[in-house]
Amino acid sequence: MDFTLDKKHAMARSLFKDFAEKEVKPLAQEIDETERFPRETVEKMAKAGFMGIAVPKEYGGQGCDPLTYVMCIEELAKQCGTTAVIVSAHSSLCCDPILTFGTEEQKQRYLPDLASGRKLGAFALTEPGAGTDAQGVQTKAVKDEEGNWVINGSKCFITNGKEADVYVIFAQTGTKLDKKGRTQKVFTAFILEKGMPGFTFGTKENKMGIRASATYELVFNDVKVSDAQRLGAEGKGFPIAMHTLDGGRIGIAAQALGLAEGALDRTIAYTKERKQFGRPISAFQNTAFKIADMATKCQAAQYLVYAAAEAKATKDRYSVEAGMAKLYAARTAMEVTTEAVQLHGGYGYMKEYDVERMMRDAKITEIYEGTSEVQEMVISGALLK
Amino acid sequence: MKIVVCVKQVPDTKGGVVFNPDGTLNRAAMLAIMNPDDKAGLEAALELKDKYGAEITVLTMGLPKADEVLREAMAMGADKGILVTDRRLGGADTWATSVTIAGALRNLDYDLIITGRQAIDGDTAQVGPEIAEHLHLPMVTYVQKVVDVDEAAKTITVERQFDDRYMTVKVQMPCVLTALGELAKPRYMTPGGIFEAYDKEVTVWGRDDLKDVLDSDIGKVGSPTQIAKASDKVRKGAGEKKTDLSPSEAVDYIVGKLEAKHII
Repeated sequence: MDFTLDKKHAMARSLFKDFAEKEVKPLAQEIDETERFPRETVEKMAKAGFMGIAVPKEYGGQGCDPLTYVMCIEELAKQCGTTAVIVSAHSSLCCDPILTFGTEEQKQRYLPDLASGRKLGAFALTEPGAGTDAQGVQTKAVKDEEGNWVINGSKCFITNGKEADVYVIFAQTGTKLDKKGRTQKVFTAFILEKGMPGFTFGTKENKMGIRASATYELVFNDVKVSDAQRLGAEGKGFPIAMHTLDGGRIGIAAQALGLAEGALDRTIAYTKERKQFGRPISAFQNTAFKIADMATKCQAAQYLVYAAAEAKATKDRYSVEAGMAKLYAARTAMEVTTEAVQLHGGYGYMKEYDVERMMRDAKITEIYEGTSEVQEMVISGALLK
Repeated sequence: MKIVVCVKQVPDTKGGVVFNPDGTLNRAAMLAIMNPDDKAGLEAALELKDKYGAEITVLTMGLPKADEVLREAMAMGADKGILVTDRRLGGADTWATSVTIAGALRNLDYDLIITGRQAIDGDTAQVGPEIAEHLHLPMVTYVQKVVDVDEAAKTITVERQFDDRYMTVKVQMPCVLTALGELAKPRYMTPGGIFEAYDKEVTVWGRDDLKDVLDSDIGKVGSPTQIAKASDKVRKGAGEKKTDLSPSEAVDYIVGKLEAKHII
């Protein structure tokens, strides 16, 4: 077991750090205030290859491993939680399921544009009545006489909504009886493209944090697609969604980790400068011990996140590793950013200070792509079966 | 087109300058980066590659650790890296360095050699022009822009910067250009490029691989320059603060100061 990065991963980290400090940090406050989607940053990230880090070279990606990908998300999140989630949703939730479950034709058709960043991706499972309970999904896909699928329904809280060109979505395509004889909905995954007749966008959400990420409602009104748009086998949508979310959770865990580390860095700098009672507040043991605690949590979260990335690289199933990484990193993000605001005092409550934004951004990491409680269900379910 | 870009690994002065007790730089204690002018020169080469197609070789002389700047250059898009390293080459001044690099370049086939104008550690701006002299090549220093390349006629047209103007120069290749930092904004490495760069071999040459080079011209022995003392930049004083002047008086005061110093 080796906890040090090899040379290529260390250089990749320095690239992400350099990029995030130069290109992402200067915009973070402005895009949070104005809820402006940072299209120019996406273009710069596309040029630098960040939109296809884990996609193999044969499909136009960078051909790197999950660890490289999570370090990218982590470094972006140290400066801006929004920018990190744009990449995470695009990569983990759109490129990844197409790569894992797509036909060769689908991979050739979608991945080069997605991996190069010419097109942006999104994922749509959540509906007003279906969050943690995926059985609540109301969107339906029905086959017509010509053998085409006709999709009707809506999705909500969709990251990269409207900005994205390619959407992996889930719709009910039938029912089956479970082991206890109860009727269960059966889902199928589809790849939809912006501009398809009947596919429109509803309300843009006004959020507490990650305010510059476009979060939209998707509306499907008789969206007609052929079987060529079906992702994976008919009726296999649920396992595809769950597998995809396992990967997505590692991305969100990396986002949470980056937010925590970013808040810690700023707090260390601030407490060394801020003077009260004639000395820097870092000289008070209360401050020093809190910083020690924050740093220890960040380090523990980093090990869990990197271990989950390693599990994704080497194992078929990594639900528990991903769940633990997300549960702990998200909790850490919330605790560390909250403490960071506290140590900044009144200034930490002001929008000029990054920690104010980071605390708001951190909260969502405990909610989306499976709440912390869902992670506890996943982890305990594997242990207590 | 074959382009060789000469780069140097230098201490990152942004992180602070650390000296040894004898006044020389403590390089081990400072972060190392690719010299900024060299990086601009590399970007100019990469832009030529994008536009006309080219094979780019990056050449550096230094400690084994200088391998890092070659990997970085390859991660940005350069094709090959050559590291010239040998204890016998240590302690070289600009003369011995340029003799060494010219000796390495004699082994290579090239149409264009690009170096940075100067390195941020020594700031001499001598090595590029000296390389051109050793190899008897035409040279343009202080290049601020590459205008175009005529591949048939084998010429390159560039802008050479002066204090208050620039000169457009067409030069026959093979030739040497020394790049200003503003020549081109370096692109970022790509993650995939980094992985590829570490999968590739870097060619390592020692003293014995240098062509037509005398022992008396290399390393410390071949260096006519002796550094007596090095120091960090002299910090400017606090300056003068005038708060009791009206706007027009302030203008007159500043103009008077500038005239007194013969600036205007």
